[in-house]
Amino acid sequence: MKLVIAIIQPHRLEKVKAELYKAEVNLITVSEVLGHGRQKGITEVYRGIKETGNLLRKVRLEIAVNDPFVEPTVKAIVKGARTGETGDGKIFILPLERCIRIRTGEEGREAIG
Amino acid sequence: MNSGDTAYVLASAALVLLMTPGLAFFYGGMVRRKNVLGILMQCVIIMCLVGLQWVLFGYSLAFAPGKGFWGGLAWAGLGGVGADPNPDYAATIPHTAFMIFQGMFAIITPALIIGAFAERMKFPAFLAFILLWATFIYDPLAHWVWGAGGWLKELGVLDFAGGTVVHINAGIAGFVTALLIGKRVGYNGKAPPPHNLPFVVLGTGLLWFGWFGFNSGSALAANGIAAGAFVATNTAAVAAGLAWAILEWLVAGRPTMLGTVTGVVAGLAAVTPASGFISPLPGVAIGLVASACCFAAVTIIKPRLGYDDSLDAFGVHGMGCIWGVLATGLFASKAINVSGADGLLAGNLHQLFIQLIAVAVTLAYSGLGTLVIYKVVDRVIGIRVSEHEENIGLDLTQHREGAYTVLE
Repeated sequence: MKLVIAIIQPHRLEKVKAELYKAEVNLITVSEVLGHGRQKGITEVYRGIKETGNLLRKVRLEIAVNDPFVEPTVKAIVKGARTGETGDGKIFILPLERCIRIRTGEEGREAIG
Repeated sequence: MNSGDTAYVLASAALVLLMTPGLAFFYGGMVRRKNVLGILMQCVIIMCLVGLQWVLFGYSLAFAPGKGFWGGLAWAGLGGVGADPNPDYAATIPHTAFMIFQGMFAIITPALIIGAFAERMKFPAFLAFILLWATFIYDPLAHWVWGAGGWLKELGVLDFAGGTVVHINAGIAGFVTALLIGKRVGYNGKAPPPHNLPFVVLGTGLLWFGWFGFNSGSALAANGIAAGAFVATNTAAVAAGLAWAILEWLVAGRPTMLGTVTGVVAGLAAVTPASGFISPLPGVAIGLVASACCFAAVTIIKPRLGYDDSLDAFGVHGMGCIWGVLATGLFASKAINVSGADGLLAGNLHQLFIQLIAVAVTLAYSGLGTLVIYKVVDRVIGIRVSEHEENIGLDLTQHREGAYTVLE
């Protein structure tokens, strides 16, 4: 089991969701976060003025998947989120120790999907 | 000179001014939050830009007497517009009171259009577009319908508070700009969800409140006609709000907040041209039919034709007042207002015909004129923001400001 965490551009969320559904990955958690990577904030990118410290709005996805679904999930996120410009985001993949479905108490593979 | 009339018209002018910030919240709540300052800024800067244009030459172009294309520059800089009444327009109030009351109409009309091209126009192009539009579309049309010597006025068109000059005019201009500027990125017939519906309701409240000045104040006196217009306005608004809620309930299963306030605004717009010429009960009919027309325009016609009139400037103001101006030709009665005319229900078919001409002239002139102005501004400045800027939002790209913080 893996936990896939992706940080993407907010306006790409709909496209990423559509790609994930196509890959039959239906369970995701979405939150709004702030941050910046190499683009170092909006003003430098859009106005050509050197200013740093501006945090940009990003969307963070958390997706817990069984191992066979890791690659399809990554591909779907990349396909939906890539614009080719700085700021498209990152994907992190972490090992997942346990997963428990609260309603039934199921654990592991069954609980995840 | 009558002090009661003067007090009422000045207070009404203030009420009409409040409609533009009200509209800013009405529209601002409907857009995505990355564009809310863009909307608020467009509304506020119109108050500044057109407010100044009006004093310098706009009022003169619209209201200086004459039979020409517009009024000319005889009253430029408000020369000759002073404390003495001008009997052509209002015999019992200072000419300056009439001027500033009309100025508030000149401000809100271009502000209505912005709903059609929301979330995607460059700010510099916007300024140029609005200034040209106010000067070459609004001012001449106001002259034709309301100015001394205006040809539609002399034809006998009844437009109490601006169904043609304000609402159809802004509505069709919105329709044309929505077609020319194209859909928002990612728009596929379904609007993105409004970012703040309580703002939309707040804006509706301010619009409704201000509309009493707009319609009732257009009597230009504190008299029975003002009171009648006040009642007709409120009656149409409540009927239309209720009608829209019921229509949604029947068609979509639930009455919504956005739908109900949209209905209220459709009713307010539709009753505007008729408000000073009708008794309260026709106001009910105007409100009910306005909601039906606008509901069809917004939920059936717009998706089918596929244009992105983002906040329904045409669907609500244009459609609502096409019906409203024609309804004036049905329901107007000399028994209510002797300076008006009888409509079809009082046996005067001719009035309906005149109203139809007014609708057609407004649609044609404003539609074509807006097309020309749009093309000129697009050629010289370029109207639409880049796709990149559109994704980021107008707040950051046009004003380098954000409306809301996520962290302190």
